[in-house]
Amino acid sequence: MEKANFSEDRHTARVAVKPDFTWRNAVDAFRVNVIHARQQVRSPVTNIARTSFFHVKRSNIWLAAVTKQNVNAAMVFEFLYKMCDVMTAYFGKISEENIKNNFVLIYELLDEILDFGYPQNSETGALKTFITQQGIKSQTKEEQSQITSQVTGQIGWRREGIKYRRNELFLDVLESVNLLMSPQGQVLSAHVSGRVVMKSYLSGMPECKFGMNDKIVIEKQGKGTADETGKSGKQSIAIDDCTFHQCVRLSKFDSERSISFIPPDGEFELMRYRTTKDIILPFRVIPLVREVGRTKLEVKVVIKSNFKPSLLAQKIEVRIPTPLNTSGVQVICMKGKAKYKASENAIVWKIKRMAGMKESQISAEIELLPTNDKKKWARPPISMNFEVPFAPSGLKVRYLKVFEPKLNYSDHDVIKWVRYIGRSGIYETRC
Amino acid sequence: MPRHWGMDLGPRRTRRFCAASGPPAKRYAARPSGAEQDAGHAHSLPQARPPRVTRKRFSSALSLPLGRGSGGRSWSSSSGPPETHCKTGTKMTDSKYFTTTKKGEIFELKAELNSDKKEKKKEAVKKVIASMTVGKDVSALFPDVVNCMQTDNLELKKLVYLYLMNYAKSQPDMAIMAVNTFVKDCEDPNPLIRALAVRTMGCIRVDKITEYLCEPLRKCLKDEDPYVRKTAAVCVAKLHDINAQLVEDQGFLDTLKDLISDSNPMVVANAVAALSEIAESHPSSNLLDLNPQSINKLLTALNECTEWGQIFILDCLANYMPKDDREAQSICERVTPRLSHANSAVVLSAVKVLMKFMEMLSKDLDYYGTLLKKLAPPLVTLLSAEPELQYVALRNINLIVQKRPEILKHEMKVFFVKYNDPIYVKLEKLDIMIRLASQANIAQVLAELKEYATEVDVDFVRKAVRAIGRCAIKVEQSAERCVSTLLDLIQTKVNYVVQEAIVVIKDIFRKYPNKYESVIATLCENLDSLDEPEARAAMIWIVGEYAERIDNADELLESFLEGFHDESTQVQLQLLTAIVKLFLKKPTETQELVQQVLSLATQDSDNPDLRDRGYIYWRLLSTDPVAAKEVVLAEKPLISEETDLIEPTLLDELICYIGTLASVYHKPPSAFVEGSRGVVHKSLPPRTGSSESAESPDAAPAGVQPSEQPAVIPTQGDLLGDLLNLDLGPPVSGPPIAASSVQMGAVDLLGGGLDSLLRSDVGGSPAMGGAGFAAPSTVVPANLGAPLSSGLGDLFDLTGGVGTLSGSYVAPKSVWLPAMKAKGLEISGTFSRQVGSISMDLLLTNKALQVMSDFAIQFNRNSFGLAPAAPLQVHTPLAPNQSVEISLPLNTVGSVMKMDPLNNLQVAVKNNIDVFYFSTLYPLHILFVEDGKMERQMFLATWKDIPNENEAQFQIKDCPLNADAVSSKLQGSNIFTIAKRNVEGQDMLYQSLKLTNGIWVLAELRIQPGNPSFTDLEVSRLFFFFLWLSPAAFLPLHHWYFFLVSHCLLPHFISFPCASVPSSTPCTAWGGIELLLCGRPYY
Repeated sequence: MEKANFSEDRHTARVAVKPDFTWRNAVDAFRVNVIHARQQVRSPVTNIARTSFFHVKRSNIWLAAVTKQNVNAAMVFEFLYKMCDVMTAYFGKISEENIKNNFVLIYELLDEILDFGYPQNSETGALKTFITQQGIKSQTKEEQSQITSQVTGQIGWRREGIKYRRNELFLDVLESVNLLMSPQGQVLSAHVSGRVVMKSYLSGMPECKFGMNDKIVIEKQGKGTADETGKSGKQSIAIDDCTFHQCVRLSKFDSERSISFIPPDGEFELMRYRTTKDIILPFRVIPLVREVGRTKLEVKVVIKSNFKPSLLAQKIEVRIPTPLNTSGVQVICMKGKAKYKASENAIVWKIKRMAGMKESQISAEIELLPTNDKKKWARPPISMNFEVPFAPSGLKVRYLKVFEPKLNYSDHDVIKWVRYIGRSGIYETRC
Repeated sequence: MPRHWGMDLGPRRTRRFCAASGPPAKRYAARPSGAEQDAGHAHSLPQARPPRVTRKRFSSALSLPLGRGSGGRSWSSSSGPPETHCKTGTKMTDSKYFTTTKKGEIFELKAELNSDKKEKKKEAVKKVIASMTVGKDVSALFPDVVNCMQTDNLELKKLVYLYLMNYAKSQPDMAIMAVNTFVKDCEDPNPLIRALAVRTMGCIRVDKITEYLCEPLRKCLKDEDPYVRKTAAVCVAKLHDINAQLVEDQGFLDTLKDLISDSNPMVVANAVAALSEIAESHPSSNLLDLNPQSINKLLTALNECTEWGQIFILDCLANYMPKDDREAQSICERVTPRLSHANSAVVLSAVKVLMKFMEMLSKDLDYYGTLLKKLAPPLVTLLSAEPELQYVALRNINLIVQKRPEILKHEMKVFFVKYNDPIYVKLEKLDIMIRLASQANIAQVLAELKEYATEVDVDFVRKAVRAIGRCAIKVEQSAERCVSTLLDLIQTKVNYVVQEAIVVIKDIFRKYPNKYESVIATLCENLDSLDEPEARAAMIWIVGEYAERIDNADELLESFLEGFHDESTQVQLQLLTAIVKLFLKKPTETQELVQQVLSLATQDSDNPDLRDRGYIYWRLLSTDPVAAKEVVLAEKPLISEETDLIEPTLLDELICYIGTLASVYHKPPSAFVEGSRGVVHKSLPPRTGSSESAESPDAAPAGVQPSEQPAVIPTQGDLLGDLLNLDLGPPVSGPPIAASSVQMGAVDLLGGGLDSLLRSDVGGSPAMGGAGFAAPSTVVPANLGAPLSSGLGDLFDLTGGVGTLSGSYVAPKSVWLPAMKAKGLEISGTFSRQVGSISMDLLLTNKALQVMSDFAIQFNRNSFGLAPAAPLQVHTPLAPNQSVEISLPLNTVGSVMKMDPLNNLQVAVKNNIDVFYFSTLYPLHILFVEDGKMERQMFLATWKDIPNENEAQFQIKDCPLNADAVSSKLQGSNIFTIAKRNVEGQDMLYQSLKLTNGIWVLAELRIQPGNPSFTDLEVSRLFFFFLWLSPAAFLPLHHWYFFLVSHCLLPHFISFPCASVPSSTPCTAWGGIELLLCGRPYY
């Protein structure tokens, strides 16, 4: 249960608790066996001499946790990510320089959010009330007890007495579409993983209720009014699974499938969800690869956009891999710009904007150096990146109601914004 | 023997050998090409190594720990005098603190630390901490830093505390100086400072300081501020780690237990975490005394506390053993919402609780199906987490898929490998794909695997190829497609792909003989490219096995023979066998070859295995070729479908560790955790299905109803599961078997023991042999009549001196463990109770040919917590044919688990040879305590209050005793007569008895004089009213059946519904009388 966190060059190293545990040795063992290991890292958990090391990497900083016991591994990783989040919230990017510049702060944070190997409240909102870079202001007694009750309280993520002149909230539905398609156009796997991110600037302790076109909810409500079922049934979506921010009352979701919560102040991720049925695939990629002799490849790729013509997709990028022994490439494309990037072994085709129900094409001739390498080219899949202004899962926000019984503002006074962004996740077509 | 052969065959052998040694250059030509390929292959894979740039960066950073990296500005300031740092302000950068490298800095720091200016002090302390962090020894500054402790600046205080934690141990005498400040801080008006003080104090591992910690800690545990309480709760665990005795003596554990009922959820969570940690190091203590009420509290807190707190609580819940399936279900219902939590660790811990408690639910239950369905989506969602978490999740899913394949059987697609997945995720996904492969999805799986086989990472590709082979073996319908896929892959000529493919094709041949031999020709083409022993051996096997179909089999094998001595043992052995096979199939052409290989194997090899095998073949061939054919070409056993499944015992244990490191390593904690901690083997709860029949007869599988089963051990099969969970750790006071050296082997040993148990009737005592297990509450008296009567005859025939019994009835010894099942160790025994102490009288007989020593004994958890009170003492080694009698004292403080039947006892005995297992039934009367005589008034009052459903009755026919004789006989076994009266010519006896766990049984005996013509006291009927009272009485009755075995009354089992096994439930439910009746509090 000892946790240590070493940066790249050992400037920050810290161990919480246990006896007979010489962390200096642990740091050395980790450095020699993991960071400088001969082989590529084969596992995020390493056991060296009965000591287990968990690590995650952020740019060139390694964060590691160390234990000699059978601890909850999932918890340790969650904690390491959380630690990254907290550090980012305090001083921005996690870099060598930032860590050196803030080592006292890091000590202080670790001391607060980890006690004897047990993570404590790690909500940045709460932490910022009493761990500041400026040093602690002298607090009144009320303030102190307010801090402690917030850190330990049921609603540890929000403090009392927040006031805004204008009550406003922003909802972003961010989705990433993942696709794996066979060369013949058969969908091998497709899913959308989505997030609902909320930015709330609301006064007091508002009670919120969030509704979307979840099939289960709509069918439940539809039972009362029969005609509505037919209408809304089509628009509802089946959510495979969803997870919520800790502010959401899970037991209520489990019993009534209603999403109610008191939001943290500012930005947070309300929920994550995953759907696999009836996904709108915004683009279809049709590859054609032909080997002409041993030294030439002909590649033709067609992309088709498959959504309402009135909508515009942006930042479209198609990446066509080329063999390692490519000597030259000639590209012709109808739209956008295409370039062969030798360092990345790929042809990168970029289109700034593309409307729905359109088609575009690229063709390339790839010249190969003759090799005696028996091994065949592995033909990595063609991948795509894009951004579309709708939710490929079909998710729609139906309402977000805000109630604040103590302060006098009603649901209508709150200004609400909703935005949908669909991005490509791993969007690949094999060729 | 070699000489004999030498004489016989010597000359010929020499001649042949010379003849054969002419070098056909083919092999030599092949060799270098293989090597070349190797080099090329290594060269083509630079990606497998870590990026060189990073590596360089790290090493240089290390060699110049202070001079690089973070930009010139902050470093350049290092050349200036330290004073300038203070002026540069404290706001943004701390990195300058790392820069003072000059000599004499300690002095400067000292001066600064003693400065009057607060800011300067703080700066100095920061510098000290920075030096400490990079590993410089700044312990010399101890007094100066401690002097800074007295401040109201929280930030400075924290820094000083940090310093103290680091150096207190090396300077214990100086550390005492800090105690006063700590104590003072623990009473500071600011709760943050109070908590900080108590938190830091717990981290200072100096005995003298620890003593002073107790009082402040006690106060902080009852602090008004929850922040302080939650910190103090963890501090108890810290203190326990330093000095466990102190914590117990000071009563902190009780305070900590009280905190479980705290109003603040975070305090509850930390208290649970602390208690769990302490309980782990004291497996036998029932410190974490979970009962339905406290479980309820935890479940309530679960909804309110932080994500981390939820993990602590869920992990703790997973250790709880619900009383019955209903409780299990209600807990499951309240845990399921956690599956939607954003924190993966919360989800995994919830999955652990559900997987464990599901064991107790009947599969026919609707809820069981619902639960299975609910488990799949969250598990899939875990795969969209960060790669490290995905890895943890996948390792766990691997276990879950093996335990309950039905959960994820439709989710194959999500385990398809993505191009960008880290390699550790890829390999795990592949493993799960194979486990989920079935006829329904095999086409997709194969298409995927074929893709993977063209990837870059060698390990991954190999595994993918191997997976194709495993699919072929697992799903027969797909075999053909798999073989053609493998052939395609062989055509790629990628060296390691070809080799891997050949290894798996060998397995396919074995699984489906005479089906795919047409591909042999293709395989033979690749003979030369094989350079790995496993692939070469596989190829040789194929050639030898199908020698009759390969025209040039002799040439092929001969070519391998060239470099016989350079081959690895595996290949040599295979080559030897293959050539012998070839010879048996084509004797005429291959005589030379076989001579050659036999001589190579026997004469020129140093390897005993090879030599022995060679001699055996040689002798076989020369004496009886027909026999040789039968031996060498015998039909081979089928190979199994599933490979590398985790052994079921281990799997069950690992399921209890979902989410933890054990589940990541797929090893029990004892394999990687040092010391005694973690030795406790966890086990899944036993199914309660079979005994719930009274309430839901349709839920119980037919035929398990005990009443219908005349055999003694009807449910033994089920019990094996329990035996496997045999607890080798805690309850016994340190018998050798629990020694750490055995821990690892234990699992395997149990596995072995299982087989022998399955085959044997467990050695129950013959006195119980013919008896039937009586039925649950709905007993029909007639049901019991027959067996009871005969048994009674036996018993009462024995009676010589009625009323003069000094101890209770002792059955003669019976054989529990027959010698043939225990490698020559025979154990017979019986149980007895004398003057309040229970003992197990054993007779160990050595019927083996070797001396036995190092005996040890251990019991599995059982209904009444029976456990050996002392180790098994066999002082001298037991010589062959010698026996020894031992009386093993028992106590009832072991851990408790409901057994079925209740009086079942599973025992493991170890000696120098092996570990053996048997199970036996102990007579219940050994558990009747001496103070089981209830006071008359009490008896009367209680008698009236007993609800009807707690009552059972039956009769015993033909009992030739009168009332007094019965009474005195029973008294000998601690069943006391409270009153006697005569109603209409019938004698009525009122009896009471008490079990070691505090359960009372009250009975009414009606003795009907039978045939009046008999002169003496013949009893024809006995009526028993068994009633029971127990603090656990409010539990659903119908779930518990209690089999009473009482030799003094009956040599058979009489059943009646009864209370649960001793529970830790406090006596609250039944009010006054019962409280008194319980006698002593439960432990």
